Amino acid sequence: MQVSMNINGEPVTADIEARKLLVHFIREDAGLRGTHWGCDTSNCGTCTVWVDGEAVKSCTVLAAQADGHEVRTVEGLEGADGLDPVQQGFIECHGLQCGFCTPGMLMTARWFLDRNPSPTKDEIREAISGQICRCTGYKNIVDAIHWAAEHPRTNEVTA
Amino acid sequence: MKPQSFDYFRAASVEEAISLLVQEGEDSKVLAGGQSLLPMMNFRLARPTALIDVAHIDALRGISMTPSDIRIGSMTRHLELENSTVSGPMGSLLRQSAGRVGHLPIRTRGTIGGSLAHSDPSSEWCMLATLMDAEVSIEGPRGLRKVAAHDFFVTYFTTAMEFDELLIAVEFPQLPGNYRVAVQEFARRAGDFAIVGIMTAFSVDDGVIADPRIAVGGVADRVLRLSEAESALVGKEPTEENFSKAATIAMGEVNPAGDLHGPPEFRRDLVKALTRRALAGASA
Repeated sequence: MQVSMNINGEPVTADIEARKLLVHFIREDAGLRGTHWGCDTSNCGTCTVWVDGEAVKSCTVLAAQADGHEVRTVEGLEGADGLDPVQQGFIECHGLQCGFCTPGMLMTARWFLDRNPSPTKDEIREAISGQICRCTGYKNIVDAIHWAAEHPRTNEVTA
Repeated sequence: MKPQSFDYFRAASVEEAISLLVQEGEDSKVLAGGQSLLPMMNFRLARPTALIDVAHIDALRGISMTPSDIRIGSMTRHLELENSTVSGPMGSLLRQSAGRVGHLPIRTRGTIGGSLAHSDPSSEWCMLATLMDAEVSIEGPRGLRKVAAHDFFVTYFTTAMEFDELLIAVEFPQLPGNYRVAVQEFARRAGDFAIVGIMTAFSVDDGVIADPRIAVGGVADRVLRLSEAESALVGKEPTEENFSKAATIAMGEVNPAGDLHGPPEFRRDLVKALTRRALAGASA
Protein backbone atom coordinates (compact mmCIF):
# COMPACT_ATOMS: atom_id res chain seq x y z
CA MET A 1 0.00 0.00 0.00
CA GLN A 2 1.10 3.58 -0.58
CA VAL A 3 1.69 5.65 2.53
CA SER A 4 2.51 9.36 2.73
CA MET A 5 3.34 11.47 5.72
CA ASN A 6 5.24 14.59 6.61
CA ILE A 7 8.36 13.84 8.64
CA ASN A 8 10.06 16.91 10.13
CA GLY A 9 8.20 18.97 7.55
CA GLU A 10 9.32 16.94 4.54
CA PRO A 11 6.85 14.78 2.62
CA VAL A 12 7.77 11.09 2.52
CA THR A 13 5.89 8.61 0.35
CA ALA A 14 6.60 4.91 0.00
CA ASP A 15 4.96 1.72 -1.18
CA ILE A 16 5.07 -0.57 1.83
CA GLU A 17 3.52 -3.65 3.37
CA ALA A 18 0.63 -2.85 5.73
CA ARG A 19 2.49 -4.58 8.54
CA LYS A 20 5.39 -2.12 8.50
CA LEU A 21 5.78 -0.36 11.84
CA LEU A 22 6.21 3.40 11.91
CA VAL A 23 9.68 3.03 13.44
CA HIS A 24 10.83 1.01 10.42
CA PHE A 25 9.20 3.43 7.99
CA ILE A 26 11.13 6.27 9.63
CA ARG A 27 14.44 4.39 9.60
CA GLU A 28 14.22 2.54 6.28
CA ASP A 29 11.93 4.55 4.01
CA ALA A 30 12.67 8.05 5.29
CA GLY A 31 16.30 7.12 6.03
CA LEU A 32 16.23 8.81 9.43
CA ARG A 33 18.25 6.58 11.73
CA GLY A 34 18.11 8.81 14.79
CA THR A 35 14.99 7.05 16.01
CA HIS A 36 16.01 3.75 17.60
CA TRP A 37 14.16 0.46 17.58
CA GLY A 38 14.09 -1.48 20.82
CA CYS A 39 11.47 -3.75 22.25
CA ASP A 40 8.45 -3.91 19.88
CA THR A 41 6.14 -3.81 22.89
CA SER A 42 6.02 -0.12 23.93
CA ASN A 43 8.03 -0.90 27.05
CA CYS A 44 11.45 0.64 26.37
CA GLY A 45 10.48 3.94 24.74
CA THR A 46 13.57 4.50 22.60
CA CYS A 47 11.39 4.67 19.46
CA THR A 48 9.32 7.59 20.80
CA VAL A 49 8.47 10.20 18.16
CA TRP A 50 5.62 12.69 17.79
CA VAL A 51 2.56 12.08 15.64
CA ASP A 52 0.46 15.22 15.22
CA GLY A 53 2.41 16.76 18.08
CA GLU A 54 1.79 13.90 20.54
CA ALA A 55 4.59 11.65 21.80
CA VAL A 56 3.97 8.04 20.74
CA LYS A 57 6.01 4.85 20.71
CA SER A 58 6.57 4.22 17.02
CA CYS A 59 7.03 0.44 17.45
CA THR A 60 3.35 0.15 18.32
CA VAL A 61 2.06 2.40 15.56
CA LEU A 62 1.73 1.11 12.01
CA ALA A 63 3.11 3.33 9.28
CA ALA A 64 -0.34 2.93 7.74
CA GLN A 65 -1.93 4.51 10.82
CA ALA A 66 0.32 7.55 10.37
CA ASP A 67 -0.65 7.92 6.69
CA GLY A 68 -1.60 11.55 6.15
CA HIS A 69 -0.25 12.68 9.52
CA GLU A 70 2.63 14.86 10.74
CA VAL A 71 5.60 13.09 12.30
CA ARG A 72 8.49 14.69 14.18
CA THR A 73 11.65 12.75 14.99
CA VAL A 74 14.77 13.54 16.97
CA GLU A 75 16.36 14.92 13.79
CA GLY A 76 13.67 17.61 13.85
CA LEU A 77 14.47 18.87 17.33
CA GLU A 78 17.34 21.15 16.39
CA GLY A 79 16.19 24.60 15.33
CA ALA A 80 17.67 27.39 13.23
CA ASP A 81 19.55 28.78 16.19
CA GLY A 82 21.05 25.53 17.39
CA LEU A 83 20.30 22.57 19.58
CA ASP A 84 17.05 22.32 21.49
CA PRO A 85 17.61 22.93 25.23
CA VAL A 86 16.86 19.27 25.99
CA GLN A 87 19.68 18.28 23.67
CA GLN A 88 21.97 20.85 25.27
CA GLY A 89 20.88 19.66 28.72
CA PHE A 90 21.96 16.11 27.94
CA ILE A 91 25.39 17.50 27.01
CA GLU A 92 25.64 19.77 30.05
CA CYS A 93 24.57 17.08 32.54
CA HIS A 94 26.09 14.03 30.86
CA GLY A 95 22.63 12.58 30.32
CA LEU A 96 23.75 9.67 28.17
CA GLN A 97 26.37 6.98 28.01
CA CYS A 98 25.71 4.48 25.21
CA GLY A 99 23.03 6.72 23.71
CA PHE A 100 20.56 4.01 22.75
CA CYS A 101 17.67 5.40 24.80
CA THR A 102 18.51 9.04 24.05
CA PRO A 103 16.26 9.77 21.04
CA GLY A 104 13.19 8.58 22.95
CA MET A 105 14.27 10.43 26.08
CA LEU A 106 14.72 13.66 24.11
CA MET A 107 11.40 13.43 22.29
CA THR A 108 9.48 12.57 25.46
CA ALA A 109 11.28 15.28 27.43
CA ARG A 110 10.60 18.06 24.89
CA TRP A 111 6.95 17.02 24.59
CA PHE A 112 6.59 16.90 28.36
CA LEU A 113 8.28 20.28 28.96
CA ASP A 114 6.03 21.91 26.37
CA ARG A 115 3.09 20.88 28.57
CA ASN A 116 4.72 21.31 31.97
CA PRO A 117 7.46 23.96 31.65
CA SER A 118 8.46 23.96 35.34
CA PRO A 119 8.24 20.36 36.53
CA THR A 120 9.55 18.94 39.78
CA LYS A 121 12.12 16.17 39.54
CA ASP A 122 9.44 13.68 40.61
CA GLU A 123 7.24 14.82 37.74
CA ILE A 124 10.17 14.40 35.36
CA ARG A 125 10.70 10.86 36.63
CA GLU A 126 7.02 10.04 36.14
CA ALA A 127 7.11 11.54 32.63
CA ILE A 128 10.06 9.37 31.55
CA SER A 129 8.82 6.23 33.31
CA GLY A 130 8.10 4.79 29.87
CA GLN A 131 11.71 5.21 28.79
CA ILE A 132 14.28 2.65 29.87
CA CYS A 133 17.97 3.52 30.29
CA ARG A 134 20.41 0.79 31.28
CA CYS A 135 23.48 3.02 31.65
CA THR A 136 22.90 6.14 33.64
CA GLY A 137 20.70 5.18 36.57
CA TYR A 138 18.49 8.06 35.37
CA LYS A 139 19.89 10.72 37.71
CA ASN A 140 21.78 12.58 34.99
CA ILE A 141 18.83 12.29 32.62
CA VAL A 142 16.51 13.85 35.20
CA ASP A 143 19.13 16.56 35.78
CA ALA A 144 19.40 17.14 32.02
CA ILE A 145 15.64 17.60 31.61
CA HIS A 146 15.60 19.86 34.65
CA TRP A 147 18.42 21.89 33.06
CA ALA A 148 16.31 22.20 29.91
CA ALA A 149 13.33 23.39 31.96
CA GLU A 150 15.51 26.19 33.31
CA HIS A 151 16.61 27.14 29.78
CA PRO A 152 13.40 27.65 27.80
CA ARG A 153 13.83 27.11 24.10
CA THR A 154 13.75 29.92 21.63
CA ASN A 155 13.18 27.74 18.57
CA GLU A 156 9.62 26.95 17.67
CA VAL A 157 9.24 23.24 16.97
CA THR A 158 5.73 22.19 16.11
CA ALA A 159 4.07 18.92 15.23
CA MET B 1 8.93 -7.16 10.15
CA LYS B 2 7.33 -8.69 13.18
CA PRO B 3 3.57 -8.91 12.57
CA GLN B 4 2.17 -11.48 10.18
CA SER B 5 0.88 -10.00 6.92
CA PHE B 6 -2.59 -8.50 6.96
CA ASP B 7 -4.75 -6.10 4.99
CA TYR B 8 -5.23 -2.63 6.44
CA PHE B 9 -8.48 -0.71 6.06
CA ARG B 10 -9.17 2.75 7.43
CA ALA B 11 -12.89 3.13 8.08
CA ALA B 12 -14.41 6.59 7.69
CA SER B 13 -17.67 5.77 9.47
CA VAL B 14 -19.21 3.26 11.86
CA GLU B 15 -21.27 1.82 8.99
CA GLU B 16 -18.16 1.32 6.87
CA ALA B 17 -16.29 -0.29 9.77
CA ILE B 18 -19.09 -2.80 10.34
CA SER B 19 -19.42 -3.68 6.67
CA LEU B 20 -15.62 -4.16 6.51
CA LEU B 21 -15.78 -6.48 9.52
CA VAL B 22 -18.53 -8.49 7.84
CA GLN B 23 -16.58 -8.56 4.58
CA GLU B 24 -13.26 -9.58 6.16
CA GLY B 25 -14.75 -12.15 8.50
CA GLU B 26 -13.85 -13.70 11.83
CA ASP B 27 -10.08 -13.40 11.49
CA SER B 28 -10.24 -9.63 11.11
CA LYS B 29 -9.76 -7.31 14.04
CA VAL B 30 -10.72 -3.78 14.94
CA LEU B 31 -7.69 -1.50 15.38
CA ALA B 32 -8.19 1.32 17.89
CA GLY B 33 -5.06 2.91 19.39
CA GLY B 34 -3.16 -0.35 18.96
CA GLN B 35 -1.37 -0.14 22.30
CA SER B 36 -2.30 -3.71 23.26
CA LEU B 37 -3.03 -5.23 19.87
CA LEU B 38 0.19 -4.19 18.12
CA PRO B 39 2.54 -5.58 20.80
CA MET B 40 0.57 -8.85 20.59
CA MET B 41 0.90 -8.81 16.80
CA ASN B 42 4.62 -8.00 17.02
CA PHE B 43 5.00 -11.16 19.10
CA ARG B 44 2.56 -12.99 16.81
CA LEU B 45 0.35 -13.80 19.74
CA ALA B 46 -2.34 -12.22 17.56
CA ARG B 47 -2.40 -12.90 13.83
CA PRO B 48 -5.39 -11.09 12.33
CA THR B 49 -5.74 -11.28 8.56
CA ALA B 50 -7.22 -7.79 8.34
CA LEU B 51 -7.20 -4.70 10.53
CA ILE B 52 -10.09 -2.23 10.44
CA ASP B 53 -8.70 1.07 11.76
CA VAL B 54 -11.54 2.98 13.45
CA ALA B 55 -9.43 5.64 15.18
CA HIS B 56 -10.19 8.20 12.49
CA ILE B 57 -13.98 8.06 12.97
CA ASP B 58 -14.78 11.41 14.59
CA ALA B 59 -18.21 10.24 15.76
CA LEU B 60 -16.49 7.80 18.13
CA ARG B 61 -14.51 10.50 19.95
CA GLY B 62 -15.39 12.79 22.80
CA ILE B 63 -17.16 13.12 26.13
CA SER B 64 -20.81 14.16 26.39
CA MET B 65 -22.93 14.62 29.44
CA THR B 66 -26.55 14.35 30.50
CA PRO B 67 -27.76 15.06 34.05
CA SER B 68 -27.57 11.34 34.81
CA ASP B 69 -24.75 9.98 32.62
CA ILE B 70 -21.30 10.62 31.21
CA ARG B 71 -20.97 9.13 27.73
CA ILE B 72 -17.48 8.55 26.38
CA GLY B 73 -16.91 7.71 22.74
CA SER B 74 -14.86 4.55 22.30
CA MET B 75 -12.00 6.25 20.41
CA THR B 76 -11.45 8.86 23.13
CA ARG B 77 -7.80 8.62 24.12
CA HIS B 78 -6.60 8.05 27.69
CA LEU B 79 -4.81 11.41 27.77
CA GLU B 80 -7.99 13.28 26.83
CA LEU B 81 -9.68 11.68 29.83
CA GLU B 82 -6.70 12.35 32.10
CA ASN B 83 -6.95 16.03 31.17
CA SER B 84 -10.76 16.18 31.13
CA THR B 85 -12.63 18.65 33.29
CA VAL B 86 -15.69 16.53 34.10
CA SER B 87 -16.87 17.71 37.52
CA GLY B 88 -17.82 15.70 40.56
CA PRO B 89 -16.65 12.35 41.95
CA MET B 90 -17.10 10.60 38.59
CA GLY B 91 -14.81 13.13 36.92
CA SER B 92 -12.23 12.43 39.60
CA LEU B 93 -12.51 8.68 38.98
CA LEU B 94 -12.10 9.19 35.22
CA ARG B 95 -8.94 11.28 35.68
CA GLN B 96 -7.44 8.96 38.29
CA SER B 97 -8.12 5.92 36.12
CA ALA B 98 -6.75 7.47 32.94
CA GLY B 99 -3.60 8.71 34.64
CA ARG B 100 -2.68 5.17 35.65
CA VAL B 101 -2.87 3.64 32.17
CA GLY B 102 0.62 2.76 30.89
CA HIS B 103 3.10 5.57 30.25
CA LEU B 104 2.53 9.05 28.83
CA PRO B 105 3.43 8.10 25.22
CA ILE B 106 0.93 5.21 25.52
CA ARG B 107 -1.84 7.42 26.91
CA THR B 108 -1.55 9.76 23.92
CA ARG B 109 -2.46 6.86 21.66
CA GLY B 110 -4.52 4.24 23.50
CA THR B 111 -8.31 4.53 23.73
CA ILE B 112 -10.91 3.72 26.35
CA GLY B 113 -12.87 1.56 23.90
CA GLY B 114 -9.81 -0.37 22.83
CA SER B 115 -9.00 -1.05 26.45
CA LEU B 116 -12.54 -2.23 27.27
CA ALA B 117 -12.67 -4.47 24.19
CA HIS B 118 -9.27 -5.95 25.11
CA SER B 119 -10.74 -7.05 28.49
CA ASP B 120 -7.50 -7.28 30.45
CA PRO B 121 -8.44 -8.07 34.08
CA SER B 122 -5.96 -5.50 35.42
CA SER B 123 -7.05 -2.69 33.09
CA GLU B 124 -8.14 0.53 34.77
CA TRP B 125 -11.08 1.01 32.40
CA CYS B 126 -12.29 -2.54 32.97
CA MET B 127 -12.07 -1.86 36.71
CA LEU B 128 -13.98 1.41 36.48
CA ALA B 129 -16.65 -0.05 34.18
CA THR B 130 -17.15 -2.96 36.58
CA LEU B 131 -17.17 -0.68 39.63
CA MET B 132 -19.97 1.46 38.20
CA ASP B 133 -21.60 -1.31 36.13
CA ALA B 134 -21.20 0.98 33.13
CA GLU B 135 -23.24 0.42 29.98
CA VAL B 136 -21.30 -0.46 26.85
CA SER B 137 -22.87 0.40 23.48
CA ILE B 138 -22.06 -2.06 20.72
CA GLU B 139 -23.08 -1.84 17.09
CA GLY B 140 -23.05 -4.57 14.47
CA PRO B 141 -24.92 -5.71 11.38
CA ARG B 142 -27.84 -6.71 13.63
CA GLY B 143 -28.10 -3.21 15.08
CA LEU B 144 -27.15 -1.36 18.25
CA ARG B 145 -27.27 -2.96 21.69
CA LYS B 146 -26.28 -1.97 25.18
CA VAL B 147 -24.58 -4.40 27.52
CA ALA B 148 -23.95 -3.81 31.23
CA ALA B 149 -20.35 -4.31 32.33
CA HIS B 150 -21.14 -7.39 34.42
CA ASP B 151 -22.32 -9.13 31.22
CA PHE B 152 -19.78 -7.49 28.91
CA PHE B 153 -16.56 -8.89 30.41
CA VAL B 154 -16.56 -12.67 29.96
CA THR B 155 -13.02 -13.77 30.82
CA TYR B 156 -9.40 -12.96 29.96
CA PHE B 157 -9.34 -10.97 26.70
CA THR B 158 -12.93 -12.01 25.94
CA THR B 159 -16.06 -9.87 25.89
CA ALA B 160 -19.69 -10.34 24.90
CA MET B 161 -18.97 -8.69 21.52
CA GLU B 162 -19.22 -10.68 18.30
CA PHE B 163 -16.43 -10.38 15.73
CA ASP B 164 -18.54 -8.12 13.50
CA GLU B 165 -19.50 -5.70 16.26
CA LEU B 166 -17.86 -2.39 17.12
CA LEU B 167 -17.66 -0.78 20.54
CA ILE B 168 -19.30 2.64 20.14
CA ALA B 169 -19.31 4.22 23.59
CA VAL B 170 -19.40 3.59 27.32
CA GLU B 171 -21.77 5.32 29.72
CA PHE B 172 -20.90 5.94 33.35
CA PRO B 173 -23.48 7.27 35.83
CA GLN B 174 -22.95 10.74 37.28
CA LEU B 175 -22.16 10.54 40.99
CA PRO B 176 -23.58 13.19 43.33
CA GLY B 177 -21.23 15.22 45.52
CA ASN B 178 -21.84 13.08 48.61
CA TYR B 179 -19.89 10.20 47.02
CA ARG B 180 -16.31 9.48 47.94
CA VAL B 181 -14.09 7.72 45.42
CA ALA B 182 -10.56 6.32 45.25
CA VAL B 183 -8.18 4.34 43.06
CA GLN B 184 -5.32 2.36 44.60
CA GLU B 185 -2.85 0.24 42.69
CA PHE B 186 0.36 -1.59 43.37
CA ALA B 187 2.93 -1.97 40.58
CA ARG B 188 6.70 -2.32 40.63
CA ARG B 189 7.21 0.74 38.42
CA ALA B 190 5.03 3.67 37.40
CA GLY B 191 3.09 2.69 34.30
CA ASP B 192 3.42 -1.07 34.68
CA PHE B 193 0.32 -3.21 34.82
CA ALA B 194 -1.03 -3.21 38.36
CA ILE B 195 -0.34 -6.43 40.24
CA VAL B 196 -3.50 -5.59 42.18
CA GLY B 197 -5.78 -2.60 41.68
CA ILE B 198 -8.70 -1.47 43.82
CA MET B 199 -11.36 1.10 42.99
CA THR B 200 -14.08 2.20 45.33
CA ALA B 201 -17.05 4.56 45.44
CA PHE B 202 -19.56 5.05 48.25
CA SER B 203 -21.85 7.78 49.49
CA VAL B 204 -22.02 9.11 53.02
CA ASP B 205 -25.49 10.27 54.11
CA ASP B 206 -26.20 11.39 57.68
CA GLY B 207 -22.87 9.97 58.76
CA VAL B 208 -23.40 6.46 57.39
CA ILE B 209 -22.25 4.67 54.24
CA ALA B 210 -24.66 3.87 51.40
CA ASP B 211 -24.15 2.26 47.97
CA PRO B 212 -20.63 1.01 48.72
CA ARG B 213 -18.80 -0.34 45.68
CA ILE B 214 -15.41 -2.04 45.57
CA ALA B 215 -13.85 -3.46 42.40
CA VAL B 216 -10.61 -5.42 42.28
CA GLY B 217 -8.40 -6.02 39.26
CA GLY B 218 -5.51 -8.43 38.78
CA VAL B 219 -6.77 -11.33 40.91
CA ALA B 220 -9.02 -13.27 38.52
CA ASP B 221 -9.92 -13.72 34.85
CA ARG B 222 -11.86 -10.46 34.97
CA VAL B 223 -12.42 -7.58 37.35
CA LEU B 224 -14.51 -8.60 40.36
CA ARG B 225 -16.84 -6.72 42.66
CA LEU B 226 -16.20 -7.55 46.32
CA SER B 227 -19.84 -7.95 47.34
CA GLU B 228 -19.28 -9.26 50.89
CA ALA B 229 -16.97 -6.39 51.78
CA GLU B 230 -19.47 -3.99 50.19
CA SER B 231 -22.37 -5.45 52.23
CA ALA B 232 -20.36 -5.13 55.42
CA LEU B 233 -20.12 -1.37 54.88
CA VAL B 234 -23.81 -0.63 54.27
CA GLY B 235 -25.22 1.60 57.02
CA LYS B 236 -21.87 1.76 58.84
CA GLU B 237 -19.99 4.88 59.83
CA PRO B 238 -16.94 5.73 57.69
CA THR B 239 -14.39 4.91 60.37
CA GLU B 240 -10.92 3.37 60.16
CA GLU B 241 -12.20 0.40 62.12
CA ASN B 242 -15.06 -0.31 59.71
CA PHE B 243 -12.75 0.15 56.72
CA SER B 244 -10.24 -2.30 58.20
CA LYS B 245 -12.99 -4.87 58.79
CA ALA B 246 -14.19 -4.52 55.21
CA ALA B 247 -10.60 -4.88 53.94
CA THR B 248 -10.17 -8.13 55.85
CA ILE B 249 -13.42 -9.46 54.37
CA ALA B 250 -12.23 -8.33 50.90
CA MET B 251 -9.06 -10.37 51.25
CA GLY B 252 -11.13 -13.48 51.94
CA GLU B 253 -13.26 -12.95 48.84
CA VAL B 254 -10.45 -13.36 46.32
CA ASN B 255 -8.65 -16.48 45.23
CA PRO B 256 -5.72 -15.30 43.09
CA ALA B 257 -3.21 -17.55 41.40
CA GLY B 258 0.50 -17.24 42.10
CA ASP B 259 2.79 -16.01 39.33
CA LEU B 260 6.20 -14.41 38.85
CA HIS B 261 5.12 -11.42 40.94
CA GLY B 262 4.56 -13.58 44.00
CA PRO B 263 2.47 -16.31 45.63
CA PRO B 264 -1.32 -16.04 46.09
CA GLU B 265 -0.85 -14.77 49.66
CA PHE B 266 1.02 -11.73 48.29
CA ARG B 267 -1.91 -10.70 46.15
CA ARG B 268 -4.38 -11.35 48.96
CA ASP B 269 -2.32 -9.12 51.26
CA LEU B 270 -2.34 -6.44 48.58
CA VAL B 271 -6.14 -6.69 48.29
CA LYS B 272 -6.44 -6.08 52.03
CA ALA B 273 -3.95 -3.23 52.17
CA LEU B 274 -5.19 -1.46 49.05
CA THR B 275 -8.86 -1.85 49.99
CA ARG B 276 -8.23 -0.29 53.38
CA ARG B 277 -6.20 2.54 51.82
CA ALA B 278 -8.81 3.16 49.15
CA LEU B 279 -11.70 3.30 51.62
CA ALA B 280 -9.84 5.46 54.12
CA GLY B 281 -8.40 7.77 51.48
CA ALA B 282 -11.56 8.14 49.41
CA SER B 283 -12.67 11.69 48.76
CA ALA B 284 -15.07 13.59 46.55
